[in-house]
Amino acid sequence: MNRDSFFALADVVNTRLQGGEILFASLGVEDSDFVRLNQNRVRQAGGVRSAALGLTLIDGCKQVQGDCQLSGDADDDLVLAVGLLQRLRERIPHVPDDPYLSFSDQPQESSHSLPAELPDAADAIGTLTQLADGLDLVGIWASGLIGEGLASSIGHRCWHQSESFNLDWSCYLDRDKAVKDGYSGFVWEPEQLAARIGTQRERLSVMARPQRRIEPGRYRAYLAPAALQELMDMLAWGGFGLRDHRTRQTPLLALADGEVALHPSLSILEEHGRGLTSGFTDEGFVMPDAVPLIVQGRFGTCLADARSAKEYGSEVNAANESPESLAVAAGEMPTQQVLTALGSGLYIGNLWYCNWSDRNACRITGMTRFGSFWVENGQLTAPLAPMRFDDSLYRLFGEHLEGLTRERELILSAETYGGRSTDSALLPGALVSEIDLAL
Amino acid sequence: MYPATESQHQLHRIAADFAATAPPADYWTLRLVDEVSEGLAVRDDVAEPSSLALSRGAMVTVVVGAGLGYGASSDLSPAGLAAAFERARALAALHARLGLFHARLYPRSALRVRYATPLTEPWESMALEDKLALLFDACARLDADRRIVERSAWLGHRRVEQLLVTSDGGEIAQQFEHVHCGLSAVAHAKGQTQTRHGGGADFAQQGGLERIAASRLLNDAERVAAEAAALVHAPECPSGRLDLVLLPSQMTLQIHESIGHPLELDRILGDERNYAGLSFVTPEMFGSYRYGAAMLNVTFDPALPGELASFAADDEGSAAKRVHLIRDGILERPLGGALSQRRSRLSGSACARASDWDRPPIDRMANINLEPVEGSLDDLIARVEHGVLMDTNRSWSIDDSRNKFQFGCELGRLIENGELKGLVRNPGYRGISASFWRSLDGVGGPETREVRGVQNCGKGEPNQAVYVGHASPPCLFRDVDVFGGGL
Repeated sequence: MNRDSFFALADVVNTRLQGGEILFASLGVEDSDFVRLNQNRVRQAGGVRSAALGLTLIDGCKQVQGDCQLSGDADDDLVLAVGLLQRLRERIPHVPDDPYLSFSDQPQESSHSLPAELPDAADAIGTLTQLADGLDLVGIWASGLIGEGLASSIGHRCWHQSESFNLDWSCYLDRDKAVKDGYSGFVWEPEQLAARIGTQRERLSVMARPQRRIEPGRYRAYLAPAALQELMDMLAWGGFGLRDHRTRQTPLLALADGEVALHPSLSILEEHGRGLTSGFTDEGFVMPDAVPLIVQGRFGTCLADARSAKEYGSEVNAANESPESLAVAAGEMPTQQVLTALGSGLYIGNLWYCNWSDRNACRITGMTRFGSFWVENGQLTAPLAPMRFDDSLYRLFGEHLEGLTRERELILSAETYGGRSTDSALLPGALVSEIDLAL
Repeated sequence: MYPATESQHQLHRIAADFAATAPPADYWTLRLVDEVSEGLAVRDDVAEPSSLALSRGAMVTVVVGAGLGYGASSDLSPAGLAAAFERARALAALHARLGLFHARLYPRSALRVRYATPLTEPWESMALEDKLALLFDACARLDADRRIVERSAWLGHRRVEQLLVTSDGGEIAQQFEHVHCGLSAVAHAKGQTQTRHGGGADFAQQGGLERIAASRLLNDAERVAAEAAALVHAPECPSGRLDLVLLPSQMTLQIHESIGHPLELDRILGDERNYAGLSFVTPEMFGSYRYGAAMLNVTFDPALPGELASFAADDEGSAAKRVHLIRDGILERPLGGALSQRRSRLSGSACARASDWDRPPIDRMANINLEPVEGSLDDLIARVEHGVLMDTNRSWSIDDSRNKFQFGCELGRLIENGELKGLVRNPGYRGISASFWRSLDGVGGPETREVRGVQNCGKGEPNQAVYVGHASPPCLFRDVDVFGGGL
C-alpha cells in the first residue's frame, strides 16, 4: 500500500462515519528483505510485506483504538477497515469519557519521501561476503521500504516514507574476541563498506593478542559512540518523559529537581528535524524540529505526547515519551586524539545489556562487549575480557566526564521488534576519568 | 476438544487453496497466524484508551535444491501467497549460492496434531463494562497511602490461532488463549521512588477469565500498595556475601537468563553472536558438565497445563514432548529445534518458534522448569543464619555468554537466625552462571512450585519477542554477592 491508496482508503472510510464521529487513521507499511549471516554465509533469508492500519474513533469525549493488517487489495482492505471501524463503534458506548483525549484539530498536510539508491539484497550480500572473505562475520542485512501515514476525518493527510538499508554485523576471532560495526543509509556505496571492513581487520589484529583480564575497580575509559548509545538508550527509558517526571519515576529526578548537575559540556537534544522519522503523531500533531532535553548539564524540557500534554497542561512535542532522534552535542576533543587523551585505561567499543541498578541514583549496570581494548600509553595493547560495570550517570556524565569528541557518528537503529525502526542517534565519544567495574 | 472456530475454518480454506496451486518445490510449509488481542487499563482512576488488535498473515517457507528461503505477507489472497512463495524462492536461491548449510537439513514434517488452551471462562463471557468496572475497583483499592503517586490496573487478552501445513501432508492447528492482568503502585517520598507489582503482573499463564481470580487482581491491591509505600522508607539492602532465598517470582528470571538462554543451540552454533550473544556452554559439555548442585533438575516441558508456552508442536512441525535438560546437576541436553539438531549433531527439543507470521522460527525456550525437591519456604528460611529473601524481578543484565549476571528485585527481606525480618529496598545480587548454580543448597517441594513466565523474551535477527513459561519453587543459594542501592 502506498500514500495514494492509503489516502483513498481513508476517504472512503470517512464516508462511513456517523453523527459527530471523528476518525484518525494511521498506517505503517514495510516491505523488507532480511538476510541473517553466520560464518560469512547466509543463515536465514526472507522477505516481509506488511501494512498495519490503526484507527482511533472519537465520539464526544470518548475514544477507542484498534488496528489490523491490510492485504494491499483495495476492495479487501476497505472491508477490513470498515469492519474494524464497526467493531470500534460497537465498543465506544461502553467506555467512559476520557479526560485526556487529545488530538489536533488543525488539519496538517505533508509528504516526505527520502531519496534512495538501494541494491538488490542478493547483490549486497554477494559484495559483503566477498569483502569479508576469510572473516567469521555474523549479522543481519535489512533493506526496503518503510512508510508511515496519517489521515483524519478532520483533514490531516501526512505521509513519510524511506527506502533504506541497515547492515549490522560483527566479526569474530574467538569467543569474546570480536569487533562490531554497522553500515546503514539510503545510498549504497560498497567502497564505504570496504573501508569499514578494512578497519575491522586492523582491529582484529589487536584482538588476536592475549586477552587482558582486569580486576573490578575504577578505571579511566573512553566510550565510543556505539557504547554511549547504550547509555542514551537507558536514559530514553524513563529519563525524559513528562509522565515519568510528574510521577517521580524518572531516573533523572535529582537532576530535574536541581539537586545535581551534569557536566556543563553535556547537552542532549531530540532532533525531529533530522527528518528520518515521520515528524507527526498519530493524533495529528506536528513535532518541533528540536527539543532541548539537557542543556549544558541542566535538565531542559520533557518529552510530552498528546495524552500526557493534556493531563499535565503542556505542549505536545513527541509521538512517544522517549527520544527517536537523539543528539548529544559535539565536544572539542578530536577523535584521533582520544587514545592519547585516555593514556592508560579502557577503550570501550560497545556496551551490552544495560539495565537500571538503582533508578533513584541513576545507576546503571551493563557489560563491555565488542571492540573493547586495554590501552596503555595511548596505544591499543590487548583485547579486554568482558567486564560488568555498575555506575551512576550522575558521576559518569558529571564529575567524571573529561570530554566529548568533536566528531559525531549518526547511528541508525538496527532494531526490528515490531518492524524496522526509524530511530537514530547522533553521538560523540566520551572520555571519563573513571568507570566503576563491579564483576 | 479442539474448537472449530470461524477463523480456523477460514485458515483451513486458505491453506487448501494454497496447497492446490502451490508451485513446484522440493518442500514448502505455509504457516497462517490469526491473532486477536485486546488491552484495557485504568491509571489513577482514569481509563486508558482501550485497544483492539487484529492481525492475520502468513509465512511461506520454501526449500529448492540447496536453498531455503521465506516470504511473509499480510496479503492472504491466492495472488498474495503466490507472491510470498516467489519471494521465498528467490531468497532460497541466494541461500543455495551462499548458504551456511544445505537445505536438505531443514526438517520435513508430516505431523498432524491439534492443540487448544484449556480454559473454563471465555474472554467474551464478561462484558466490556464489567471488565472496566473491575479495573476501576482494583485501581481504587491501590489508593491506600498518601505516598502512592501512580496506580495502575490492567487486563488483557490474546488469542492466537495458527495453522501450519506442509507439502508432505503435515497439518498442525493450534489455538492459544491468554488472559493477563496486573497491578502496579508507585510510591515516592524524599527523593526515593519505589514500585511494586502484583495482581498477576508477573504471573502469566494460558487460560481464560479464570486467570483473574487466580491472579488475585482485586485482593492483592492492598498488599501491593502497602509494600510500595513501606519500601520508600526501608533501609537499603545490605552489601556483602550473604545467603539468598529467591522466591519463584525471581527464580523465573534466574532460570530464564542463566539456564534457558545458555542452552539454546542457535547461540551455541553462533547464529546469535551479533545480537543476543553466544553461550558459555559448548557442545562437549552435554552429558558430563556439572551445571549445578545435585538437586538441580531442569526440564523442557511443553505439556504442563496452563503454562505460558505449552503447545503440541513447534513451528518447524516437530512434536513437542517433555525432556530433561539438566538431571541431578549434570547438563544433559540443549534447547534446539530439528534444524539446529541436525546442524550441530546434538539432541534437542521441539522449540523452533516464531513470534508471529512475519518472523521465521528460531530456537526458543518454551516451558523451562526447575523441578521441586522438598520442604516449604519456611524450611528454606529456617536454614539461613544471615541472608536476604528477594521477591519480584525488576532489573536484569547478563553478559553475551550468559555468564556474568546482575539482577535486581522489587523487594527484599532480611533473614536473621532462620527468621524473616524487616524490608530492605533496592536489593540486588551478582554472580556467574557457571558457579552460581553450584551454590544451590535448597529447593522447595511440589507444594511451593509456582507456574509463571515472561512475556518479553527477545532475541533473533530480525528481532522477535515471545512468551516463555517457567515453573519453580523458591530456592536457597549460599554465599552470594548481594548489594543495595544508592550512589
